[in-house]
Amino acid sequence: MRISKILTALAAGTMLTATTMAAQAEGKLNIYNWAGYTPPELVEKFEKETGIDVTIDTYDSNETLLAKLKAGGGGYDIIVTAHTFIEVNAKEGLIQKFNPKDLPNYKYLDKKFVDPSWDPESQYSLPYQWGTTSFAVDTAVYDKPIDSFETLFNPPAELAGKVGMLKGGSDLIAMAELYLGVPLCSEDPAEMQKVLDLLLAQKQSVKVYAGAAALRDQMVSGEIAMTSNYSGQVQRARAEKKTVQYVYPKEGVIAWVDALAIPADAKNLENARKFADFLLAPENAGALSNHAGYANGSAGSEEFMKPELIEAPELHVPEGIKTEPMKTCSPAANELEAQIMTQLMQ
Amino acid sequence: MTAARISPDGGWLRGAGLYPALGVVGFFLLVPLALILVYSFLGKGDYGGVVWSFSTAAYEKILFVKKLDGSKMLNWAFFTVLFRSVMLALATTVLCLLIAFPAAFFISRQRAFVKGVLLLLIMFPFWSNLLVRTSSWIILLRDHGLVNKALMWLGLTDAPLALLYTDGAVLIGLVYVYIPFMILPVFTSVERLDKRLIEAAFDLYASRMQTLRRVILPLTMPGMVAGSILVFIPSLGAFITPDLLGGGRKLMLGSLIQLQFTTARDWPHGAAISIVLLVLVVTTLVLAARRGTSAKAR
Amino acid sequence: MTHAQSLAMNAAIPQSGSKRRARTADQSLNRFAGFGTITVLLFAFLYLPIVILVVFSFNASNTISVWEGFTFKWYWIAAQNTDLHKAALNTLLIGGVATVVSVLLAIPAALVLSGRAETGSGGKYLLILSLPLMLPEIMIAIATLILFTTIGLNLGIGNVMIAHTVFCLPFALMPILARLRGMDHRLSEAAYDLYASRWQCFRLVVLPLLAPGIVTGAMLAFIVSFDNFIITLMVSGAGGTTLPLYIYGLVKTQMTPELNAISTGVLLLSLALLSTAFVLTKGRILGVSGMSE
Repeated sequence: MRISKILTALAAGTMLTATTMAAQAEGKLNIYNWAGYTPPELVEKFEKETGIDVTIDTYDSNETLLAKLKAGGGGYDIIVTAHTFIEVNAKEGLIQKFNPKDLPNYKYLDKKFVDPSWDPESQYSLPYQWGTTSFAVDTAVYDKPIDSFETLFNPPAELAGKVGMLKGGSDLIAMAELYLGVPLCSEDPAEMQKVLDLLLAQKQSVKVYAGAAALRDQMVSGEIAMTSNYSGQVQRARAEKKTVQYVYPKEGVIAWVDALAIPADAKNLENARKFADFLLAPENAGALSNHAGYANGSAGSEEFMKPELIEAPELHVPEGIKTEPMKTCSPAANELEAQIMTQLMQ
Repeated sequence: MTAARISPDGGWLRGAGLYPALGVVGFFLLVPLALILVYSFLGKGDYGGVVWSFSTAAYEKILFVKKLDGSKMLNWAFFTVLFRSVMLALATTVLCLLIAFPAAFFISRQRAFVKGVLLLLIMFPFWSNLLVRTSSWIILLRDHGLVNKALMWLGLTDAPLALLYTDGAVLIGLVYVYIPFMILPVFTSVERLDKRLIEAAFDLYASRMQTLRRVILPLTMPGMVAGSILVFIPSLGAFITPDLLGGGRKLMLGSLIQLQFTTARDWPHGAAISIVLLVLVVTTLVLAARRGTSAKAR
Repeated sequence: MTHAQSLAMNAAIPQSGSKRRARTADQSLNRFAGFGTITVLLFAFLYLPIVILVVFSFNASNTISVWEGFTFKWYWIAAQNTDLHKAALNTLLIGGVATVVSVLLAIPAALVLSGRAETGSGGKYLLILSLPLMLPEIMIAIATLILFTTIGLNLGIGNVMIAHTVFCLPFALMPILARLRGMDHRLSEAAYDLYASRWQCFRLVVLPLLAPGIVTGAMLAFIVSFDNFIITLMVSGAGGTTLPLYIYGLVKTQMTPELNAISTGVLLLSLALLSTAFVLTKGRILGVSGMSE
């Protein structure tokens, strides 16, 4: 009984602090980002420079973030989400225009991210970090030269049964589309049938469909010998197992950007803009890359980056290899993708 | 003296004892449930959410599916997934029962102190995180994992067995996750079992099996029923454990519903599956309760 | 039963002395051979993964499952991680409040329900109170979030506490109800006969008998809240990250032995809490001490 009294008191206390916390919005900044992608030192530096109190919450997928915002959840001032979701969130009125072009440090932004296809007038977003998606092979298991997704989708005997694939529908399908020469986000059922057939055939050789970090772990431990994965995760895998090699297939690689945006109901708009500006500074962008292991969007940030990142083959797409940016699928294309996933995993 | 007065069970509370709980569940769950019901009859929004127009498409989609070429066919995917999930949940419940009953019985026979310690030891692993706990099973079950090493060392197998990413691995994981929800309710029932009844059974020359079947099991039934409900229903909708230990190769009911709110962005369909699932579960429970009482009456 | 067996059993039961007879009954119960073995196997099953979890928290490698040598560095990293500490605090607060409130709601509800037939109104209400079990979590999560935003309820982690209380309720209720269902009604009858007031009867007769059910219910409710992911993910607002949310994020992007260090840390913390409670209550924490003895 005594314990319950203490706990009730605690509950009352928390409720109180929770309400007062909501009341004093000034001087605060609430960030919603992937876990481990916000370097603590950088946050401390920002807090010191501006006196703004930063709170970081972490989430697990673009899709659940969209569902959460759509259902009215949140209370965040900054979110970081895949560039394909910027268009969706903007269309649904879930994020707001914050005129990044007026930010003092906008001049540092790499030209290829000015007016990008997913945000044509650069009103809603700024790149936070970017990378590519392809696949990696353990050369200790299979050392013949590889130049095509053919090896991933139709694995040789040495690799069959030792394949790990990213489980998200869009990653899985985009890669198959790239291999088959089908346009990303195709709405043509006949083309998508080919994608499904390919994935079904490949499933025989696939050991596991999992998340990026789990696949990295299994690649290093030798449970799997080939995996589709993001550039940064492969770089980390190689740091621990020298025989892991990132493949740049002749069909090209998928490119993606994790972009920073401001939710429509953000309470601390000015603080959010300050943070966006802070991240554009090459020095801070470099620190961001050092922490998460991906490239950033600020020109001139290389001089602040760790040498192993600058030299990492995973972060530098060779000349002549196409980088195909992920696309925002139309509702019709999205429905086809969902059907493929259901039939693949049924 | 009224019957209500005699009853120890708060008969004097009349219905009032129910009000707070009913109020909380009524507002914070029945209102959302009504919302789910409404959503299941609406159109799907382009990027999630709903369009406010009446539609039964969400339910039709459960039964029939448009193939990629546009023709309609019976939705085998749904029934396959439903069957797989029900079988797995059933197996989980039965396994949990088979482990929990003897264990609870054994523990209840110990000295008070030992009993307390053992029960705490059963709860203790569940204070770690579900995901990390399940990941440990991956380390145990993988090809070069401890279980395979032990099997090979014992000479039971020459090459590592494929243990991970199988239905068996999922079953182990589910039992691991839900076993305390069986043990504890069964224990509370076994614990308050009147020993004199068992003694009487033995006095009357009942065998151990007979005593177990005719005396102990009927008396501990409430705990087993409670435990089975707490294990069966959540494991029916489980998706994290099947996903991790099944290697994401097969959809479960839980992951199918999850898919509707994420990749598929079809909230009405997700709501419709939820409603169908609810109806199935409630019907089963009501039928089971009826059969239970009529069996008692006989 | 064979003749030999029945003879043996007959011989085992002495003819007089109730105290001795009780003990013998206990012994004959203990003859349910294999029950002890199953219990031992159960503990092996429960603790094997935990041992793995703890061992790999000392792994020097960045990859959990590849052993590279012994280190304390992950504990050091976790100890400095303020986001993590906040998440842990949130988890304990939410779990504590949801557990206490759901148990306080469950006790009177169970008292009323146990007096009603399962097929009648008792069954109906029990079904309603068990609804949180029967709806898929993601569905509850989204519908609850929509409800909260529609009525403008914005209590920070208070929202999460409310949502957790609702789905913890059946877990708290079931064991209490199971305990009550088998209770001897004559005990409280006797209490009333001795002029006990309703409160006295509840406090001195019913509650002590109910205690194991209550503690069990509370424990189940707590671990359900402690591990909840989807509902928390949806309902929580800024500053509301809990341990499961944080750990999910780490699993998705990092997957280093820090995860194991965090879990081991939480285990140690709960071990400390549980043993303190155990010592303070002289082993009565589960309410089993002195029962049926």
